[in-house]
Amino acid sequence: MKPLKIADKEFTSRLFLGTGKFGSNKDMEEAVLASGSEMVTVALKRVDMETDTDQIITHLQHPHINLLPNTSGVRNAKEAIFAAQLTREAMETNWLKLEIHPDPKYLMPDPIETLKATEELAKMGFIVLPYIHADPVLCKRLEDAGTSAVMPLGAPIGTNKGLKAETFLEIIIEQSRVPVIIDAGIGAPSDASKAMEMGADAVLVNTAIAVAGNPREMAKAFKLAVEAGRMAFEARLGKISSHAEASSPLTQFLNE
Amino acid sequence: MQKSFVEVFENHSWDEISERINSKQEADVIRAINSPKRNLEDFMALISPAAEPFLEEMAQVSHQLTKERFGKTIQMYAPMYVSNECQNICTYCGFSFNNRVPRKTLSDSELLEEVEAIKALGFQHVLLVSGEANYTVNINYFSNAVKLIRDKFANISIEVQPLEQEEYERLQELGVYAVLVYQETYHRDTYKVYHPKGKKSNFNYRLETPDRVGKAKVHKIGLGVLLGLEAWRTDSFFCALHLDYLQKTYWQSKYSISFPRMRPAEGIIEPNVIVSDKNLVQLICAYRMFNPDVELSISTRESEKFRESVVPLGATSMSAESKTNPGGYAVEPETLEQFEICDERPASAIANMIRKKGYEPVWKDWFVGQ
Repeated sequence: MKPLKIADKEFTSRLFLGTGKFGSNKDMEEAVLASGSEMVTVALKRVDMETDTDQIITHLQHPHINLLPNTSGVRNAKEAIFAAQLTREAMETNWLKLEIHPDPKYLMPDPIETLKATEELAKMGFIVLPYIHADPVLCKRLEDAGTSAVMPLGAPIGTNKGLKAETFLEIIIEQSRVPVIIDAGIGAPSDASKAMEMGADAVLVNTAIAVAGNPREMAKAFKLAVEAGRMAFEARLGKISSHAEASSPLTQFLNE
Repeated sequence: MQKSFVEVFENHSWDEISERINSKQEADVIRAINSPKRNLEDFMALISPAAEPFLEEMAQVSHQLTKERFGKTIQMYAPMYVSNECQNICTYCGFSFNNRVPRKTLSDSELLEEVEAIKALGFQHVLLVSGEANYTVNINYFSNAVKLIRDKFANISIEVQPLEQEEYERLQELGVYAVLVYQETYHRDTYKVYHPKGKKSNFNYRLETPDRVGKAKVHKIGLGVLLGLEAWRTDSFFCALHLDYLQKTYWQSKYSISFPRMRPAEGIIEPNVIVSDKNLVQLICAYRMFNPDVELSISTRESEKFRESVVPLGATSMSAESKTNPGGYAVEPETLEQFEICDERPASAIANMIRKKGYEPVWKDWFVGQ
């Protein structure tokens, strides 16, 4: 399978993981390792550089794991830029998952503020991966603004509803010049497979693994599903047709 | 002029709501439990006496919804009482104006001393609490206090007297993340009885406070009913109505509900209504089922056993090792408390209890200095 390239980094695994919602940091670490993921997102607001108690990031100190800090909790571009600057200092990375959701109920991303922040942050040298609605036009605007990838949602965060936005995701994948990572809503390994078969470059999964009965086994299941989906995409799926053969051909008369 | 909750409130009669809650039938409860999205009518069914036989089913739904939304985590916070000066008479409160207790307001150096003691317990989220003494403990006092401690905590909330919108804006700019203001009771006449004197006796001004907080774009607004003053089912319906109105109006804010159950304190009266553990569990589950994203907070007013049991049930935040007197952590540990706490275990023991339940205690969930 082809490696995934975002900015100047190559990834063998096309499964990204979120680190929230786990019952313990140990559960989280085991799931991350079982998933084979090389890109793990961490909410900056939960990172504590001051005290060295049981920390999220101490559990992610593995050479193959890249940290992708996110701005979860911010409501506008200004707050996002503040958080990004804190991140760059604290975590020594210029990679950023940009999440701006002014609506704390459904955590819907704000397209206007996201575009504004992406523009600014890209100029400041950040590798920006914005979380957005499955909006094809916004994706193109973000490309112009200097985004390094786009992360459209499959369904609202945490809902496990799957690829509700499928039709729009297809358009985004078709048109995009930057990697498309489907984020949010992926509830089962079959959803992840489906996303990869559609040609998504990667998927990001959190809730479906974190709140599973056995997060580690579920992480493994997602790993296999993502690989299977990608393999199928690269092997090129056969055409879908509604019936095997036309029962009464309409152009038969031409041969008579 | 922009509307406030008072208009919504005036369209509902206490007696009629009580009647509707009490007339809910088993079928209403089953419909509410099975509904994918629950409205206020469903909430009424879930808090009704008819729902009592369905408590286990409600708990299972509440557990699942909470897990999906919040994961297996509990946010930890500590209250920090900055003053017990108060010009209000609240007949149930240890700090009531007419109680002859020594009064204290923390100075700058005392604030910092308390901060160090609270931080040493592991806390990074703090809730500043005061009485209502507008000449001394006012916006200037709070601004100064917030400035002083802003870089010491990741998250600062306040539970103080109702303020004006501009004052909330100022505090939000300075780094206050949440404002908690409980109506105590939504029964207008009962409210008058319990709050006979002081600025707090103005029912409408208090009722409109969350509107002012919302207009000031504060990140989180906390609501609650003082359980024990009035019929809890009807009172909680009004609180849910308030929540519903606020969430639709100030959609950029988060919301939390607290469940202060009346506890003994110096010079106070007995609760008018007893809210049992079973009642409270029903209420917690009903809130969660009505609103999957509202934060539900359980304080140290509750017993060890109760707190342990509600970890997987829908609670999302907990205080621990709380002191309810100004200076209680370091400056003057022996002064009079606002109310007696019930779960007195150290914060580390609470964290261990949470871990044992398969949940992660979260100490930090916001940005220091923002």
